[in-house]
Amino acid sequence: MMQMPNRFVLMACLAGWMGFSALGLAQAQDPKPVKLNTTADHSKFKELQREFATGPEVTKACLSCHTEAAGQIHRTKHWKWEYKNPDTGQLLGKKNVVNNFCISIASNEAACNSCHIGYGWKDASFDFKSEENVDCVVCHDTTGNYKKPSGLAGNVVTKDMEFPAGSGKILKAIDLSKIAQKVGKSSRDTCGACHFNGGGGDGVKHGDMDSSLAAPEKSVDVHMDASGLDFTCGTCHKTSSHDVAGSRYTPTAKDAKGGAHLRGASDNGNPATCVSCHSNVPHKQDARLNQHATKLACQTCHIPEFARGGIATKMNWDWSTAGQRDAKGEHIVRKDAKGHITYESRKGDFVLAENVKPVYVWFNGQVNYTLKTDKLDASADVTRINTLGGSPTDGKSMIWPIKRFGGKQPYDTVNMTLLTPHTAGNDDTGYWKNLEWDKALQAGVKVSGVPYSGQFAFIKTQMDWPITHMVAPKEKALGCVACHAQNGRLAGLTGIYMPGSHTNALLDKLGWGLVLLTLLGVLGHGAIRIISRGKTQGASK
Amino acid sequence: MTERVYLFKGFERFWHWTQAALIIFLMVSGFEIHGTYTLFGFEKAVGYHTIAAWSLVGLWVFAIFWHVTTGEWRHYIPTFDKIMVVANYYSSGIFKHEPHPYRPTALSKHNPLQRLTYLGILVLVSPLIWVSGWLYLFYGDWAAWGLGSLPLEWVATAHTIGAFLMLIFFISHVYMVTTGHTVFAHTKAMITGWEEIESSKH
Repeated sequence: MMQMPNRFVLMACLAGWMGFSALGLAQAQDPKPVKLNTTADHSKFKELQREFATGPEVTKACLSCHTEAAGQIHRTKHWKWEYKNPDTGQLLGKKNVVNNFCISIASNEAACNSCHIGYGWKDASFDFKSEENVDCVVCHDTTGNYKKPSGLAGNVVTKDMEFPAGSGKILKAIDLSKIAQKVGKSSRDTCGACHFNGGGGDGVKHGDMDSSLAAPEKSVDVHMDASGLDFTCGTCHKTSSHDVAGSRYTPTAKDAKGGAHLRGASDNGNPATCVSCHSNVPHKQDARLNQHATKLACQTCHIPEFARGGIATKMNWDWSTAGQRDAKGEHIVRKDAKGHITYESRKGDFVLAENVKPVYVWFNGQVNYTLKTDKLDASADVTRINTLGGSPTDGKSMIWPIKRFGGKQPYDTVNMTLLTPHTAGNDDTGYWKNLEWDKALQAGVKVSGVPYSGQFAFIKTQMDWPITHMVAPKEKALGCVACHAQNGRLAGLTGIYMPGSHTNALLDKLGWGLVLLTLLGVLGHGAIRIISRGKTQGASK
Repeated sequence: MTERVYLFKGFERFWHWTQAALIIFLMVSGFEIHGTYTLFGFEKAVGYHTIAAWSLVGLWVFAIFWHVTTGEWRHYIPTFDKIMVVANYYSSGIFKHEPHPYRPTALSKHNPLQRLTYLGILVLVSPLIWVSGWLYLFYGDWAAWGLGSLPLEWVATAHTIGAFLMLIFFISHVYMVTTGHTVFAHTKAMITGWEEIESSKH
């Protein structure tokens, strides 16, 4: 009897030892540190087992197998930064549009185009037909070490270099060979390297896209939830032939009737919409919610606020106050309590915000831009950098949430057109270096081709950004009373009647007036009955 | 001296009180949805209002069947006969404690004023509420029904007008209930079915 416990101890030890050895065995059989989601291990390719001195050298190696990849890239917006809107005929794309953030890439290519998926677009001489200038790695890097520093026109650093020259700042070299051997599918990090930082910093431009989406919690994005569904950008932006689905120039405001798309079929429209997976009638429990989905974009209820990941987005940028210097003549930077920059001599005043309630508009997918060539109307309250088309009655519009970004930026007071300053650049005319508007504008328009009379001032502008990312879990979607209430979220939006929010004051006055009269009538009648009964009873006595 | 007449049959009493409860509840939840006050919260109010509306539809299916099959619908045939006499009673005779000029019987339990009132409810208020209410419920199908250009505001306004008219009827109705030979005589009748009527002096 006394031996029993010892035997148990022995058996437990044995089992433990077997477990440990099994673990060791498993480790020996599984040398790969990461799960490969591709059938090709690029580190085994001889073409990549070498030193690379430049980006284009890597591209040539890629193209030796992926022979058609560069040709596919050449057809895309990611490459051309140019897009002709088939509906409006406007020539758009980053190459052409003016916005109210950093305004224009013209003359600022070396800085802005570090986000171009190519190497060396520093000015108009860039060869858009060159295959080796396509940057494969910027989208296919899996190491996180691939960097395209601002100022180098999209080129990479393979030998430590001082930049800007004479600044004493050293740009560290990256190991292209190691990076090339680890290429894989694009990821939230590769897309985010540029798209999280639109407008020049984390979360600045979009409001619904920032680095919190690199590994978000469920509450920030129910689909990208890093410990849940774990979608990448490409899960929705289903890409075919390197052409990424989804567009801000021609967004899909309202999907065609019918259920979910067969994603990938060429005639089924945009695979990046909610409806493409969820269909037009996504609510299983409540038909009334599906009724709402005939007028409301999914985003309206399911993205209750944007900039929810703890990173503030810019809501206003006033260039007109830029250029101040402190007593010593140095540039000024002012920050708020949270460390957000609220004023910079180079850029002017900023307003930033987190957890922002969107503005709501009718939107039919058509976007009109105020281009460099368009005359401005100085009498208008605000110049719309872009105007979202839509109305409650056109049958193509849905109510959409947007980020409405305000600004003040330079325009030509004689020609009445928006101006494009030369901002970035370590040269005498760059505004961010010398804080001189006239020089910066002269240099900028030389590249953009905008006529400049020499007379400029600042005009109030506004730009609308449809909100579509940061979809909240359904428990956090907007409830009825967010809108069905006095001064609810859709107050002021034309063409809708919402019970609980809209009332006809005259009808209410008339109705309650009649109710009151009726009440007074019956009370009066009753009173007379009571009084007269007393009298009759008195008389009968 | 009073005599007793059996005016309200079992189903009729059940119909009346269930309908009364539903209509009161529909008014309470409806005016909340309208934005007049907050009681249940908008979302719950909408849910309750919808359930109560469908319950009333169900009740009406039975009520219509009952009225048609029993011939009880004849009580609602409008007439102007003796209407001035009844009107005169409510505007003066009632104060002099005169007996009611209309004597309800099991075959004809509504006086001409009642018949006219219920006609108004049946041809004006009810259709207004039902048609607008149903449209409201099926708002999502309007486009499929070819009603895509119908403004919701019209439907909502019609429904609200119907609600106000129903509330006005309700107030008048509750008051008229008190005008029996005692204040609760009519209420008692709608509970027991037996109306006590002051016997006329011969």
